[in-house]
Amino acid sequence: MRNIGTICQKELRSYFVSPIAYLLLAMFAVIFAFFFWNVLGYFVYLGMESQMRGEMFPMNLNEEVIRPLVSNVSVISLFFIPIITMRLFAEEKRNGTIELLVTSPVHDFEVIFGKWLASLILYASFLFLTALNFIWLFKYGNPDWKPMAVAYLGLLFQAGALLAIGTFISTLTRNQIIAGAATFGICLLLWVLEWVAGYESATWAQVLAYLSVLTHFDSFSKGLLSSKDVVYYVSAIVLGLFLTARSMESLRWRS
Amino acid sequence: MIAVRNLTKKYAHNVAVDRISFEVAKGQIVGFLGPNGAGKTTTMRVLTCFLPPTSGSASVAGFDVLEQPIEVKRRIGYLPETPPLYLEMRTSEYLTFVGKIKGLRGAELAKRVNYVLERCAVADVKDRVLGKLSKGYRQRVGLAQAIIHNPDVLILDEPTAGLDPKQINETRDLIKSLAGDHTIILSTHILPEVEQTCQQVIIINKGKLVATDSVNNLQNRARGAGSVLVEIASRNGPLDPAAAKNRLELVLGVTRVLPRTSRANFLTFEIEGKNDLAIRGDLVRAIVAAGWDLNELRTASVSLEEIFLQLTNPPTDNSESKQNSATDRAAAGV
Ligand SMILES: Nc1ncnc2c1ncn2[C@@H]1O[C@H](COP(=O)(O)OP(=O)(O)OP(=O)(O)O)[C@@H](O)[C@H]1O
Ligand SMILES: [Mg+2]
Repeated sequence: MRNIGTICQKELRSYFVSPIAYLLLAMFAVIFAFFFWNVLGYFVYLGMESQMRGEMFPMNLNEEVIRPLVSNVSVISLFFIPIITMRLFAEEKRNGTIELLVTSPVHDFEVIFGKWLASLILYASFLFLTALNFIWLFKYGNPDWKPMAVAYLGLLFQAGALLAIGTFISTLTRNQIIAGAATFGICLLLWVLEWVAGYESATWAQVLAYLSVLTHFDSFSKGLLSSKDVVYYVSAIVLGLFLTARSMESLRWRS
Repeated sequence: MIAVRNLTKKYAHNVAVDRISFEVAKGQIVGFLGPNGAGKTTTMRVLTCFLPPTSGSASVAGFDVLEQPIEVKRRIGYLPETPPLYLEMRTSEYLTFVGKIKGLRGAELAKRVNYVLERCAVADVKDRVLGKLSKGYRQRVGLAQAIIHNPDVLILDEPTAGLDPKQINETRDLIKSLAGDHTIILSTHILPEVEQTCQQVIIINKGKLVATDSVNNLQNRARGAGSVLVEIASRNGPLDPAAAKNRLELVLGVTRVLPRTSRANFLTFEIEGKNDLAIRGDLVRAIVAAGWDLNELRTASVSLEEIFLQLTNPPTDNSESKQNSATDRAAAGV
């Protein structure tokens, strides 16, 4: 168990010792701030318009601001996750350090879990920065914090699942670019699968839509914690990490 | 300490290691010898549990590599062909990380890190980033990494590759000083290295075991099959090599005469006889009788290198490869 901590710490250090973590952090923060002020500006505009018409506009910050915002974050995460995971194993394979890890008295799952955890912590630090923007909302309005927390939890679950898949893909190659591109492709696919449900209601379409990560994010973004969706994300994480473990085993056969 | 039985490792299309068996006793330094692609690295990877064997078995300190890999890994220090360094880490940070995943903690960890920093002469670069170290330093950090948890068994894949002659000597001394407490297997294609550092040699070629013996035995075996080297000279005019060769072949007991070098008035021959001591007297008399000077007569020193080449090469290109090996040795800087 202590080994998980050791591996995780090592991964985090190597993220933060290179400019990559800061670059991603800055990009994420800027893009988020852009969405945030955009959505907020629109919200304020709607509010003023309805006031001028003398209507009572249902001023719900959670529905009108937070929900579109976290939905946007869940989409832009698709672009960041491959960059986080692509190096996890590919770099170790390229540098030969995988030989050190595999011949040390640590279990494969400790290595895998430590790496995945580090990538999740990095992603969580992005989310933390974005959460700072909400201080404004609390200052000038009174949003309900619980649905926000649920939405952020949803973001973490979604990222956890995609990071696990990215970790797996990173074990398949020694080339980080290939790992990143393939992960990006899979992330995109898992996103757009949801669209088929828009025009098709046959069983196969529902199955495809069920597989889409975004379908399951919907209820989280509304602030609803549904066990069905949690189950989906947790199974995706388990599956991703399990495939990683299998790949690490067979890597020894191939290399 | 190490037992390998009928070990076979197949890759997709080729057999890298083919039914190899050997044993290494505790405290021994064993040289693992073979030309490129012989299967040295593959065998070491099986011993370190990096690759599973296709068939056969290997065990370290009584633990099987397939059944109790964690126990095996605890007892092994491994320096792969390329030192497994995280290039963005600093030397002492890296050694601390390796110490941790090998199971060291707290004061013990700090002590061992300092010890290996000194022992492998990398203390002066302990705060440098590994990616900026020279090849020699990287190799030594790799060695430090391998011994950090004081393992029973050290497996070193070409530990002196890429070092300068002075560092090569230092590294060999270091390895020798580690013997006793540690059982060491090191692979190399530099033969003098084996002669200098190892007690036992395991020679493999194309995945097959060719010989396993003590260095002394192999050297003796080489001497037994040895031959005599004579240099003759003439004071009156150049010598005719063919005539000289014919004359020497007439000496009783001589089985083969191989011309080696010829300079203006000097000729060197390597002479093989049924028994190299018995033919010497007759050789000397024959040379004097022919009116030549005998400048030198000595046992042709057969190095481990030549046995190695005899064992790993088809016999037809023997004499040629002997000359090659001499230049190789010069090139290796030894
Ligand atoms: N990952 C691999 N996939 C397929 N074949 C491999 C692989 N690694 C090694 N081989 C093959 O196995 C054989 C033995 O290789 P190995 O690396 O063990 O040789 P070696 O004795 O260490 O050689 P060298 O002195 O060059 O380091 C070679 O024919 C090599 O091509
Ligand atoms: Mg090798």
